[in-house]
Amino acid sequence: MGHRSRRTDIRRGRFVTDKLPVTVIGGYLGSGKTTLINHLLRNADGLRLAVLVNEFGELPIDADLVEAKDDDIISITGGCICCSFGSELTAALVDLEKIRPRPDQILIEASGVAVPGVIVASVGLLEGFSAEGIVVLADAETIRKSTKDTYMGDTVTRQLSDADIILLNKIDLIGSEELATTKLWLTQNNPHACVVECQNGVVTPEVVMDSFLARVRAVGPHIEATNLDMLTLKPRGYSDVEKLAKELAEGGHGIIRAKGFATSFEGKQLLVQVVGRRWTITYTRGNVKDGIVCLGYKGMLDHAELDKIV
Amino acid sequence: MTTIYSARKIITMNPSRPYANYVAVRDGRILGVGSLEELATWGAYDLNDRFAEKVLMPGLVEGHAHTMEGSLWQKVYVGYFDREDPNGKIWKGLKTTDAVVARLAEASAQLTDPNAPLSGWQLDPIYMNNQRVTRHDLDRVSTTRPVAVLHASGHIMNVNTKALKLSGLLKPGQNHPGIPLGDDGLPNGELKSPEVMTPVGPHVGFNRSVTDCDEMGLRDFAKLCVRAGVTTITDLAAQLTDESVGMFQRITGEETFPARIVPMRFFMGQSPKELLEMVKRLADKSTDMLRLGGIKIVADGSIQGFSARLRWPGYHNGAPNGLWYIAPEQLLEIYELALTAGVQVHTHTNGDQATDLVLDTLESALRKRPSSDHRFALQHCQLADAAQFRRMRNLGMCVNLFANHHFYWGDEHYRLTVGPERAERMNACRTALNSGVPTAIHSDAPVTPLGPLFTAWCAVNRITASGRVQGEAEKISVTEALYAITLGAAYTLKLDDEIGSIEVGKKADFAVLEDDPETVNAVALKDLKVWGTVQGGRIFAAADL
Repeated sequence: MGHRSRRTDIRRGRFVTDKLPVTVIGGYLGSGKTTLINHLLRNADGLRLAVLVNEFGELPIDADLVEAKDDDIISITGGCICCSFGSELTAALVDLEKIRPRPDQILIEASGVAVPGVIVASVGLLEGFSAEGIVVLADAETIRKSTKDTYMGDTVTRQLSDADIILLNKIDLIGSEELATTKLWLTQNNPHACVVECQNGVVTPEVVMDSFLARVRAVGPHIEATNLDMLTLKPRGYSDVEKLAKELAEGGHGIIRAKGFATSFEGKQLLVQVVGRRWTITYTRGNVKDGIVCLGYKGMLDHAELDKIV
Repeated sequence: MTTIYSARKIITMNPSRPYANYVAVRDGRILGVGSLEELATWGAYDLNDRFAEKVLMPGLVEGHAHTMEGSLWQKVYVGYFDREDPNGKIWKGLKTTDAVVARLAEASAQLTDPNAPLSGWQLDPIYMNNQRVTRHDLDRVSTTRPVAVLHASGHIMNVNTKALKLSGLLKPGQNHPGIPLGDDGLPNGELKSPEVMTPVGPHVGFNRSVTDCDEMGLRDFAKLCVRAGVTTITDLAAQLTDESVGMFQRITGEETFPARIVPMRFFMGQSPKELLEMVKRLADKSTDMLRLGGIKIVADGSIQGFSARLRWPGYHNGAPNGLWYIAPEQLLEIYELALTAGVQVHTHTNGDQATDLVLDTLESALRKRPSSDHRFALQHCQLADAAQFRRMRNLGMCVNLFANHHFYWGDEHYRLTVGPERAERMNACRTALNSGVPTAIHSDAPVTPLGPLFTAWCAVNRITASGRVQGEAEKISVTEALYAITLGAAYTLKLDDEIGSIEVGKKADFAVLEDDPETVNAVALKDLKVWGTVQGGRIFAAADL
């Protein structure tokens, strides 16, 4: 089921809301991963983010956000934290589960040479976590060249092909024609991914994290990027949830991410999640009001069309 | 106080005085080597004849091993080949899954707590027609206690049903390339990568940092050194937390600790700047018996695991290219900082593309930070070709080739991973020496057993496990091999001014042998008996350990 079956499942009887959502942020060195993470921390807006980085390096967190720092944990304004994991990611995740108060969302910054799909597969092993997408940054100026590098070319290509969402960063450094060519090239080579443009790693947090999407219905959208749009679908009665999820992901409706609840013909409520072209449905406790928040491109998110499919 | 030891033969590795029958020791160092008359000129001495029938060599130097071998012996050995434990017991190699299960069951029966974990190590199904051990096999050992067996590669583990249950992995729908499923749709108990082993490790007695040995492990590791004639050995690589450095300092500082340990800090988990700052601090904590301050980097994976980075035409069986563990930019930054600080870096490469990356990167770094005696070393470097060895020489690099690997996995490389031509040139000691690259050879213990004389045998004979000679042209002579396991290895550690040969001023470190490696048949080199060692003038008999 879903676009890539290796990462989709229906965990019968499990309550996905108990699991810690994990987003993996990949991309080669210099693509802007650290900048993006700082931007997200700055706009966490009450959500407790736990960021896992390979190493602290040249202070991965902007100095004004840091409240305290010890050997492998940095406390960040707003209840967020950043931990370094070296070569022991799974062990670091297990430790995170014990942290109180519990983080709302985990971001894993993959190393520049890591293949993010491998990380997601490992996250999937751990009971308490659910992997909610791979976001890979690409430096608009250098990405095409990097995929041809003798040593790293195939690694960069694998990173892109693992992505659900490709953040095409630093678009201000290239002209509009080159941007169009690069975007087309990325889309053609990675048809299962959504390509989202950005500058300086500034992108609305909803693009990266489901946790933000989940609260849209309560607190309203957090949208700031001018090329993005959002709407909330309200399923009317029982529906074929699997078909609905598939349609949202693959129907060409301009959706980048979607998250929410719908009720099946059997009367069971399911959590629907779409990231890029991949979708999952998961049985839940079923006491939330149906409704699916969709994030998409402005002008491409077809409100009228989408309303018809629910 | 001077002691003069007599010996049947002393092989000094010093060309100006290659052989002698007497060596004088004072204050743990070599006062002189030669005839009794010559040595007597230093004044009063005790003549000690206990080695009169033995052959003395410089204490052997192992340039690539891991102290974790010591800790692994706390678990059950289930390898295919016979192996000697720290106490001198020879554990027979196990040839079938049934035999593995039987040995584990025997160990299980000796445990009183029915729920206590049990683990084994060094399984290698390659030699057993690749028959996989399943959870059902290990359930025959116990259904109440978690049972696990680590493979020789260190990258695969087999566990029983109880262990899967405890770690939450026993459920349908597992969708991970590292977790093969049985016909019933449940995991079959094989865990095929380090990240899938992590959730299980704590339940089966494998700690997170298996790379860091414990106190008992370090003591046992040192016993293995004595049995192998080794007086100086690396721990390549370690996390070197304050706690583990404290433990290393305490244990290696004991009067009766027999081996000089050279741990190198693993590069991961720190930025290049932090890494350099840390190793500089570590260097200040060095003692005679504990040499800190080096860096170990891992550039790619392993060839048999298909995670090494190969140049064209890639893997013989068509497997996709392997994985990088460091980006070129980071490698360059570490190299530049290390060259500036005078810190030595050892870089693991297996595939020839990874070796290319190291050569390119060091060349760039040296252009910016010229350094006349950096001795950066390539570790394993198994697939290097002649042109790469010439570049190593030109860049001032050393190489430490994995001679033992050729015996254990050579057939596999020939048949499967890289094909006949490249398999024959793997661990090309002859080409390395002909190219003028300072060369050592190693065991990578615990991956293969510690034993430099066995390692020398591998490099001299190039025989694989199936008995074929693979790469006749890359054989080296016994003399060259003996040099590689003494001065050759010492040079790669920048310790050749202190150890590696028996000559005036150096540490009184000797391997005490029952027979003469220069006159025994070259194919018998591996069977040569080691009596024990002398380390810093202190005598360690293997029989008394």
